[in-house]
Amino acid sequence: MSATPTTTSSGASSGNTPTTAFEIAAAVRAGSVKAIEVLEAHLARIAERESDIHAFNLVTADAARESARRIDGMVAAGRDPGALAGVPIALKDNMCTRGVPTTCSSRILEGWKPPYDATVVSRLAELGAVSVGKTNLDEFAMGSSTENSAFGVTLNPRDISRVAGGSSGGSAAAVAAAFAPVSLGSDTGGSIRQPAALCGVVGVKPTYGTVSRYGLVAFASSLDQIGPFSADVRDSALILESISGHDPMDSTSIPQGPLDLLSVLDHGVKGMRIGRITDMPEGADPDVLERLEAAFDALRAAGATIVDVELPSLKYGLTAYYLIAPAEASSNLARYDGVRYGRRVDAVDTNSMYMATRAAGFGDEVKRRIMLGTYALSAGYYDAYYGKALKVRRLISDDFARAYATADVLLTPTSPIPAFKVGEKADDPLAMYLCDVYTIPTNLAGHPAMSVPFGTSRDGLPIGVQVMASTLGEQPMFKAAAALERHMNDAGGMS
Amino acid sequence: MSPTEIVVAPNDGSYLIDGYELVCGLEVHVELATATKLFSASANRFGDEPNTHIDPVTLGLPGALPVLNRHAVELAMRIGLALNCTVQPSTFHRKNYFYPDMPKAYQISQYDQPINIDGWLELPGGKRIGVERAHLEEDTGKSTHIGGTGGRIHGSDYSLIDFNRAGVPLVEIVGRPDIATPDEAKQYVTELRQILVAVGASDAKMEEGSMRCDANVSVRKPGAPLGTRCEIKNVNSVRSLGRAIEYEARRQIALIEAGESIRQETRHWDETDGRTHTLRTKEDADDYRYFLEPDLVPLAPDADWIEAVRAALPMLPRERRSRLSRATGAAADAEAVMVVVERGQDDYVLAVAEAGADATRALVHVKEAYAEQGPRPSVPAADLARMIVMETGGKLTSTQAKTVLAELVANGGGDAEAIAKSNGFEAMDTSALEAIVDEAIAAQPDAWAKYCSGEEKAMGALVGAIMKASKGKADGKAVTALLQSKRG
Repeated sequence: MSATPTTTSSGASSGNTPTTAFEIAAAVRAGSVKAIEVLEAHLARIAERESDIHAFNLVTADAARESARRIDGMVAAGRDPGALAGVPIALKDNMCTRGVPTTCSSRILEGWKPPYDATVVSRLAELGAVSVGKTNLDEFAMGSSTENSAFGVTLNPRDISRVAGGSSGGSAAAVAAAFAPVSLGSDTGGSIRQPAALCGVVGVKPTYGTVSRYGLVAFASSLDQIGPFSADVRDSALILESISGHDPMDSTSIPQGPLDLLSVLDHGVKGMRIGRITDMPEGADPDVLERLEAAFDALRAAGATIVDVELPSLKYGLTAYYLIAPAEASSNLARYDGVRYGRRVDAVDTNSMYMATRAAGFGDEVKRRIMLGTYALSAGYYDAYYGKALKVRRLISDDFARAYATADVLLTPTSPIPAFKVGEKADDPLAMYLCDVYTIPTNLAGHPAMSVPFGTSRDGLPIGVQVMASTLGEQPMFKAAAALERHMNDAGGMS
Repeated sequence: MSPTEIVVAPNDGSYLIDGYELVCGLEVHVELATATKLFSASANRFGDEPNTHIDPVTLGLPGALPVLNRHAVELAMRIGLALNCTVQPSTFHRKNYFYPDMPKAYQISQYDQPINIDGWLELPGGKRIGVERAHLEEDTGKSTHIGGTGGRIHGSDYSLIDFNRAGVPLVEIVGRPDIATPDEAKQYVTELRQILVAVGASDAKMEEGSMRCDANVSVRKPGAPLGTRCEIKNVNSVRSLGRAIEYEARRQIALIEAGESIRQETRHWDETDGRTHTLRTKEDADDYRYFLEPDLVPLAPDADWIEAVRAALPMLPRERRSRLSRATGAAADAEAVMVVVERGQDDYVLAVAEAGADATRALVHVKEAYAEQGPRPSVPAADLARMIVMETGGKLTSTQAKTVLAELVANGGGDAEAIAKSNGFEAMDTSALEAIVDEAIAAQPDAWAKYCSGEEKAMGALVGAIMKASKGKADGKAVTALLQSKRG
């Protein structure tokens, strides 16, 4: 890691109680705060509001207390528990945790306890982080509102009549409700960035291959990537530095060390080229577009240059995604057959058992995508659907390559609309799919992108701006994100 | 099967069944002799307690990811290079289908870009059988169906699954349909087995399932377009392979002759009734929905690696046979040469020759007496050489040589002269032999007269008497020579 939070931060520590992961780790390592006290404060908030929010599928309070006490013991013994000492963290419930149920918010994994930890989970533990629980998601990460969870919807802490977004709605809500300073989500088409925008927190999808997928239950393997949620940009940088870096257990993991991010946060954007997409897909809410304009203005004022770029193939991204992701999902989810683990519905013969198990175990959206994907890969349809989608994927990458020849980062809305009412889109899959129109292309290209809170709508709902960058362009991306955050802090929450 | 177009070598017409040609191509699966599985660190071992070599990857647990075994790639390259294939950059695909012993509900295999393409295997007689491809893939687990009939899943009471075999590395060698006789098919598999063992890629035991062979069989009138083929599975020995192909060809011919058409299908060879039976027809074949495996990256062995593997290849059976043939004067496909090379005893024969013995005699003795010996016979080459020198020098008759050799083999070596002596095999000097010959002629004047008048058969009685009188110590050749010279 390039920088470790050993010194007291210059940030917004309120009195003696550290609130950000950066501050907590520094205080716990310095012995000025006990990990167990930090944990109890978060558990108290969970006890108070979780029944309204439903961010978690499972709160592992006892195990968390045990970890926190162990960390305090290490500090007392003069040992350093690591860069995330005592930092409570919530994990999306599609990351394998040894001996702890991992459900993907699906009935089909009922009763399954993984015999192993995901690589990210063990890395966090090695650095002294304290897992507080497993967060709710759209079943198998398929959705944009967490309404597709088999265990009930997660509500938006900023307005509990509204959704938290998805699919990592639980992880976004957990940070927004201060149940944990940081959390992990997974992003296949926007599943970190969109809920981050809707809940008013920071959410990052790193470059494909920077964070190990080992132990992340696959939705669409060529698109899935784990990333952090946090209240501020610095905490996301800290977590991403902690979990990135090569993992020999993931063949698609990029063979390089952890990302170096904390060191660049204060660099500013002077001289940076910020791209504005002139042919951006339409349909965004006027409030959202207004905040995007304000973001361009803020970066220009901070010394950046705004450049126009064209991405003509971007409008095909959504279509290509809804062939590629379901195709991979149809294969990834075929293993849930009731033979080895999870739910089994007995029947007269093997085929009937498969069908009964899968009919009872999967929800509607998962079934819809399995059917879509199976169809797209079928003999006679492959070329017209999956094959063509792969060509679009290449076109999008080529377009991005041209755009990044003239721009260091691109700015778009994260979500076309702020948080919507629970149930508003639940019966209209196509309307729901449109929520990801700005986030999906990044996944198709394997690029990094993040959502930064940048003010609110007229109704007071959080709005996020998406900062996108090219492969391994996390440094310029974080510089721009930090600049946007500074602008908001300087404006006192007003732009 | 691959999407590559099939090219057919012409049948030379020498093998016809009822006026039909046989067109046969073999698909051979071999388990690679790696320490661990293709995509995980579990042991690759046969015969252990069920479900003891398993891990999250083998079981297809959610979140588990495959990591390619480098040694398996190297063994696959050895196979490809030994079969004269081009090693090329390759990719992995998912072959999707549901089966209880298939943990992920897809098999990771190679599809349109296999690691090895376009090679051939040369049969001992010189005919080349094309090899379309030899690709890497993972094995499935093993199901045992309890209850019901015939060990089939359908109708069984319950099934047991052993995942020890799941994820074991396989290479599938897809031969071109160049095989024109059941015997060629047997030769192909026998030769392939030897090559696989020689390069250390597999123990290639058909009985244990580490080598499995499927046969694609069709028939046609000479010059006619290809007939519809059927794939024969469950052939568990080289002998069964020949029988199954012959049966299947005759079955197809009978159908055609009866005016019926052949249905493209997969058929199951039943060893007990000696027939093939429908397993599934083309109509109910799975749509495997192949697509690029997103959890793996392309496999592109660099030129240095490929060349290093090529350079480290051992001498292959074909080359060993021709080397032995050159040394002994026997034909490269002579039985003794084939047998000795298959046993891996050719180096030994050459060492015996190197130690001063006649190579041809060495070949014959090793072939006859060393069946139980492995590639490193217990008798030191020099010991056998000394015995052969005695034999060819006339100090041992061929019968005596066999006796001495049997003792050498039983004792794991020894001094041939001492063994000969202890058996009383003292070479007779010429004067002693001549005395015995003269006695025999005197004792059987009739036989001698007949022999002298050109009746060669009469010599038998004389030789018999001489051998008896010499207690077997007389050398047959020397006796014949003596009798001939006396006849004048």
